[in-house]
Amino acid sequence: MTVVAFGAAPAPATEPAITTRGLTKRFGSVIALDALDLDVPKGSIFGLLGPNGAGKTTTIRILTGLARATAGSAQVAGVDVADDRPEVRRRMGYLDQDPRFYGWMKGRELLELVGRLAGLRGEALRGRVAASLRRTGLGDAGERRIGTYSGGMRQRLGIAQAVLHEPELLILDEPVSSLDPEGRRDLLALIEGLRGSATVVVSTHVLADVERICDRVAILDRGRLVTEGPLADLLAAHARPMFELVPAPGQDAAAAALVERLRGAEWEKGVDVAAGTIRVTVTDAAAAAREILPLVVSSGVVLVSFEQARPTLEDVFLELVGPAAADEIDGRGFLRPREAGDR
Amino acid sequence: MTGFATLLRKEFLEQWRTLRLPVIGAVFFLIGLGSPLLARFTPELVKSLGGGQIQIVIPPPTTPDAVDQLIKNVSQFGILVAVLLAMGSVATEKERGTAALILTKPAGRGAFLVSKLVAIAGTLLIATVLAAAAAWFYTVVLFEALPVAGFAASAVLQWLGLVVFAAITFLGSTLTRSALAAAGIGVVALIVVGILSAFPSVAPYLPVGLGAPARALALGQPAGDIAGPLLANVGLIAAALGLSWLSFRRQEL
Repeated sequence: MTVVAFGAAPAPATEPAITTRGLTKRFGSVIALDALDLDVPKGSIFGLLGPNGAGKTTTIRILTGLARATAGSAQVAGVDVADDRPEVRRRMGYLDQDPRFYGWMKGRELLELVGRLAGLRGEALRGRVAASLRRTGLGDAGERRIGTYSGGMRQRLGIAQAVLHEPELLILDEPVSSLDPEGRRDLLALIEGLRGSATVVVSTHVLADVERICDRVAILDRGRLVTEGPLADLLAAHARPMFELVPAPGQDAAAAALVERLRGAEWEKGVDVAAGTIRVTVTDAAAAAREILPLVVSSGVVLVSFEQARPTLEDVFLELVGPAAADEIDGRGFLRPREAGDR
Repeated sequence: MTGFATLLRKEFLEQWRTLRLPVIGAVFFLIGLGSPLLARFTPELVKSLGGGQIQIVIPPPTTPDAVDQLIKNVSQFGILVAVLLAMGSVATEKERGTAALILTKPAGRGAFLVSKLVAIAGTLLIATVLAAAAAWFYTVVLFEALPVAGFAASAVLQWLGLVVFAAITFLGSTLTRSALAAAGIGVVALIVVGILSAFPSVAPYLPVGLGAPARALALGQPAGDIAGPLLANVGLIAAALGLSWLSFRRQEL
């Protein structure tokens, strides 16, 4: 598989927050990660994407010291993670895809434990804990035992413990998986608020969230890096030109005739009709932009809207990872959640 | 040992919050109270069970009987408690994912292990001291006064023997992801110690070999040279902890 380079992003001015070189992880005969070379620039919000088994979680587990690489190296802030130095983890916040806590502990106590391990003491610790609980909507639940928390509350607590010590690198493995819409909105706002002040690596199956918050993405497939770079460049480089036409209701016959005429056009690559919207993929955007509206007029169709579709990350994902990845995306444009044991 | 003090605090809070410390302390206290009582009243109990139909000759209870009863009870129940405390200490945290929570923070793996074993040893120490204090009190009431220092030293030897079993089970808990497998390793260690104790040249250096000097110290008698047995048992604990660390430092969580 060839790594697709795109965009003309300048080389990072400072050393990357994360660097991997030839990072490889094997589980017996299974290659979970295959010579991964990755640079995550400081201050970026970096999306890590890929279908199930792509190697996202394996990469994160190696970066956080929970797993060992079979070969290659990974550095966080210039320090090799294989050295297993607590100083590196002091600069890092991490949220697991399925955060586990001590059920007997209160939420406040958990944050105090994490804060103390990070070197916080006294009033600074108490202030940070109280602020983190409030910030994650757990202000009233801090004195409750974690064993009584719902899945969403545990996820919020996971976020609170990850950001408590204001790390310069935040690694979030599928952070919105258990959150309700409000929690998801709050988390995305929190991540956006860190832009420029911290490096955030997000592995998620919600492609819309990646489009909203990430400025760079990497797509992995079967343990290998498929592409990496600024999101805007990725969309521009890989998305196919598309147009969306929404006919006014009650014109089924005319709309059907229009679809047939569109399918006959030279620049047509594909026409899909779904939920009253005609989506036209084209090979020559300029020609299509000139000719589509005359076709609409000559077909006698009245349109409610007509626009050149903004290419989505989903389109890019499908193009790069292949048709098999279509099975990984559900009707909402979400990558399907991984199965247990998926690496 | 980054984070040791914080993790030790967490371990003791866990021992308290999950009721292990208060329950074990209370049970050991009752064992301490009950041992001299049992020694004192066993002859009368046995006589009453005979119902006057048969003649049972039992020597009158003595202070050494009370001490023997205490050492036997603490040893038997204590080993069970030591294995139970240690069997899930690391394995359960690995299985539940809480070890991963802690070890992605600025905490060393060595600190993680040592804090756990120290907390287990601390719980056993508190329990053994409670048992010894209660036993000393009732021995004084029912039999005769015994030297406090000797009784305390005896308690320390009994405790050390329990920590050896805890440390071996702890090693098992580190090597596996199953608390039951760890308990199995603890039980196997108990069997091996039992077999080895049949060899007179080895027995004094094993945890069970601490019983004789513990008895002598409690009764205010010379315990002989206990430096060797002490060092041997401390060495066993250190070896178990060292092997735990060697295994755990490279483990994936």
